[in-house]
Amino acid sequence: MAGIYIHIPYCHQKCHYCNFYSSVSKKSKPAFVRSLLKEIELQKAYLHQEIISTIYFGGGTPTQLNTFEIEQIIQHLYQHYNISGKAEITLEANPDDLTQEKIIELSETDINRLSLGIQSFHNTDLEYLNRSHSANQAIEAIKTAQRHQFANLSIDLIYGIPTLSNQAWIDNIQTAIDLGIQHISAYCLTVEAGTALDVFIRKGKMPAIDEEKASQQFEILMDVLYKNNFIHYEISNFCKQGFISQHNSNYWKQQKYLGLGPSAHSYNLVSRQWNVSNITNYIQSVEEKNIVPFEIESLTLIQQYDEYILTGLRTIWGVDEIEILSKYGREMYDYFRKQIELFIQKAWIERQGTIYTLTKQGKYFADGIASELFITSD
Amino acid sequence: MKNIRNFCIIAHIDHGKSTLADRLLEITHTVSARDSQAQVLDDMDLERERGITIKSHAIQMDYLHEGVMYKLNLIDTPGHVDFSYEVSRSIAACEGALLIVDATQGIQAQTISNLYLALDHDLEIIPVLNKIDLDAAMPEEVKDQIVDLIGCDRDDIIEASGKTGYGIEGILEAIVSRIPAPSGSVDEPLQALIFDSVFNSFRGIISYFRIMNGEVKKGDFVKFFATGKEYHADEIGVLKLKPEPKDKLSAGDVGYIISGIKTSKEVKVGDTITHVNKPCLKAIDGFENVKPMVFAGVYPIDADDYEELRSSIEKLQLNDASLTFEPESSMALGFGFRCGFLGLLHMEIIQERLDREFNMDVITTVPNVSYKAYTTKGEMIEVHNPSSLPDPNHLEHIEEPYITAHIITKSEYLGGIMTLCIEKRGVIKNQVYLTSDRIELTFELPLGEIVIDFYDKLKSISKGYASFDYFQSGYKTAKLIRLEILLNAEPVDALSTLIHHDNAYSFGKRICEKLKELIPRQQFDIAIQAAIGSKIISRETVKAVRKDVTAKCYGGDITRKRKLLDKQKKGKKRMRQVGNVEVPQSAFLAVLKLD
Ligand SMILES: Nc1nc2c(ncn2[C@@H]2O[C@H](COP(=O)(O)OP(=O)(O)OP(=O)(O)O)[C@@H](O)[C@H]2O)c(=O)[nH]1
Ligand code: SF4
Ligand SMILES: [Mg+2]
Repeated sequence: MAGIYIHIPYCHQKCHYCNFYSSVSKKSKPAFVRSLLKEIELQKAYLHQEIISTIYFGGGTPTQLNTFEIEQIIQHLYQHYNISGKAEITLEANPDDLTQEKIIELSETDINRLSLGIQSFHNTDLEYLNRSHSANQAIEAIKTAQRHQFANLSIDLIYGIPTLSNQAWIDNIQTAIDLGIQHISAYCLTVEAGTALDVFIRKGKMPAIDEEKASQQFEILMDVLYKNNFIHYEISNFCKQGFISQHNSNYWKQQKYLGLGPSAHSYNLVSRQWNVSNITNYIQSVEEKNIVPFEIESLTLIQQYDEYILTGLRTIWGVDEIEILSKYGREMYDYFRKQIELFIQKAWIERQGTIYTLTKQGKYFADGIASELFITSD
Repeated sequence: MKNIRNFCIIAHIDHGKSTLADRLLEITHTVSARDSQAQVLDDMDLERERGITIKSHAIQMDYLHEGVMYKLNLIDTPGHVDFSYEVSRSIAACEGALLIVDATQGIQAQTISNLYLALDHDLEIIPVLNKIDLDAAMPEEVKDQIVDLIGCDRDDIIEASGKTGYGIEGILEAIVSRIPAPSGSVDEPLQALIFDSVFNSFRGIISYFRIMNGEVKKGDFVKFFATGKEYHADEIGVLKLKPEPKDKLSAGDVGYIISGIKTSKEVKVGDTITHVNKPCLKAIDGFENVKPMVFAGVYPIDADDYEELRSSIEKLQLNDASLTFEPESSMALGFGFRCGFLGLLHMEIIQERLDREFNMDVITTVPNVSYKAYTTKGEMIEVHNPSSLPDPNHLEHIEEPYITAHIITKSEYLGGIMTLCIEKRGVIKNQVYLTSDRIELTFELPLGEIVIDFYDKLKSISKGYASFDYFQSGYKTAKLIRLEILLNAEPVDALSTLIHHDNAYSFGKRICEKLKELIPRQQFDIAIQAAIGSKIISRETVKAVRKDVTAKCYGGDITRKRKLLDKQKKGKKRMRQVGNVEVPQSAFLAVLKLD
């Protein structure tokens, strides 16, 4: 079980909250695709011929590529990797790019899952976020995709937007349910340092985020989706039975993955590495030197433990103390047991057999809990 | 001995002592070009970062003058008022002093106080007018001031620039010709004054001394007068940029001794070293014990580190005799120490040195001065900590320490400074015009008002031009009350302060507001209250965190997330749990950060 992530670093316009690596200038696109194809070959050995069960096009906005380019990349992957016949192949897509024509083209590729950047079904929110599409475009894109055999649709929604009332949030979730969406990723708006949103809020040009409201909306999210039989399999991810995102689950379940393209991250259990976040530099190095500049971090045992806690706690699969004992040893196990006790008492953590998971109440404090369970180096 | 000159460099802060020392070291080739850097004697990281001298530094130079080789022992001293005891100890090892005056600033408060220290020890004073290279220099005016102050000849003042090197040769000549060679006799029993000591983790304790009489050889069996302990002089030597071992040192010399001493208690700065077999009859007059001006609790962040903190403080005390400490305990913080400091800068420096040199992360509590509490039974109790104040029912009255402060300022800032001093409950005693636009003000002020933020305020009101010096002048009865701080209804002793009755309300309000800023939100509401006795006078609430989870871990970037949580955890480690509230280090010093 290994995955491949492909980062397409282009966007139609920059959303105010965004801190992903992407560019609105598309001049370099042809050269980028060439370099990406080359990187696919260069990185062949990273996953040691393992069977690839998921491919994920993220970004940026992968639909900024034309379907021919996407197809070229997929075919190249087939040619150089051991891709499972049942592989989940996801494409992130923005509604404004999804014309009927484009959807039809995409439906003829091997892509079997679309992840749509909807964020909200209300234009006021979309404007606040500086999204490049309207609410109508969003609904249209979903319906068209469904008409053309996309039976595994995921959408992204954002809550905690100052312009989003609790009622409007309920509407957003209900709209998704009514549209028959199988998978919802719901993110709380976070103001990342250095983003436009950060600057606007600091200068008082835009209203700041109300944490109290964000927390109410998290509650609404869980309540409404639980009632509608969605499985809350990861803090921000909900799905109908059978529609768990295989690719993203790999991240939480500590499976290997290879990231291709600028700023993409790779993981092979003992180290993590990430490509340079610079398109020009990426293209030049691949073209001239046959290498992608990257940074690497080998993980100490403590860091591996920390990551296991951090990722595991976010999911319904939880953290298994047997795994801690066998992989990380007695000392870390004892520490874990000691630290977790308080949270069990607070009813933020639930224990079943050897498995620990967050309770609904605990989900509000996932970061705080994980960090308390961390073993800090030094 | 006639070819030895021992001198120190004294001045007001920033007048250019250390920079001038650089030039002297350069011209005498004591520091090679390779080792050369600005303020080379300021060798502590802290000194370099802050650009100030904290400790005195001794160094020996060879100087060839008219065919004769001289040994010049230089001691660079700090200028900040908190460290004036360093100056007084250095002075005891010297026969002369370079009094540096910044030609753009003129005579300032510590110019005067340090000069008096030097005159008390009959040092030969060489006045140096420094920074003569600057356009803003006012050589004639400042020379008038100097002549007025020391009553010297106008021609005795040497014009110099530590920056360009102008006048340095003249200074060296003056050192040789004007400062007397050490007196004392080689034939008498050994008598050496310990004027400083440092702890070195490899060599143990290194003591710096000045030999008044006699001589000492490597391997000699010596005795420290005050402690009565006996040692072998494992290594002796002189202080070049690096210590330079010698076989013998004689009367007049400044040097160091390593004698296998491991614990700080065994060395007392100011003590006399003599021979075991042929001891001198009496000890040299040592130093008056420096009296700490402010006291604060110092607690390990991690309660388990108590013993380690003790040994770290002991080691620091070794090269900072002005630091005092005694064990104390706090309901909120457990076991720690009540430390006495010379001032707030000193306190800050100690906290930082504990962190850097001993990796001891500590919580420092609200600083206060030493009060005298008189009980109804007529007893007097010295109180270093608001929480050890006797019960109000048994308390007759409290007295607080006062200082006499001399402030020198340009007349344009007079109004602002007066207002500040009066706000601080000061009473003006005297006002003298030094020149047509410079005034010296004398105030009586409660020390407790000075230690908090007086100096910073004075600096900002006068745009940095006013200077200030003080000495303790006695105690006066005061209407002081204890202001308690409660977190979620639990009184936190480490946050309580003694405060003048009239200021209590506004102070209580401001401190609650500040604490609200400093205490991070937690998983429940935190009520911050200020109280006098059972009466709550102010309240703020830190709202509970409703949610502590970031949604996204995008594209498999787990590293970033892990680092964030790691940081969160480390931040928490620097906090102390008081009741159920996590209180950060900084909150305990909130009082110092009031606007
Ligand atoms: N222009 C000029 N600047 C000087 C001269 N001497 C020193 N300075 C500057 O004045 C500042 C203070 O110099 P220091 O030598 O650190 O002063 P100090 O008296 O040792 O200071 P403390 O030890 O903290 O009391 C530094 O920025 C020096 O570069 C000089 O002759 N001319
Ligand atoms: S579309 Fe996605 S990647 Fe592009 S700017 Fe918006 S949030 Fe960022
Ligand atoms: Mg200096």
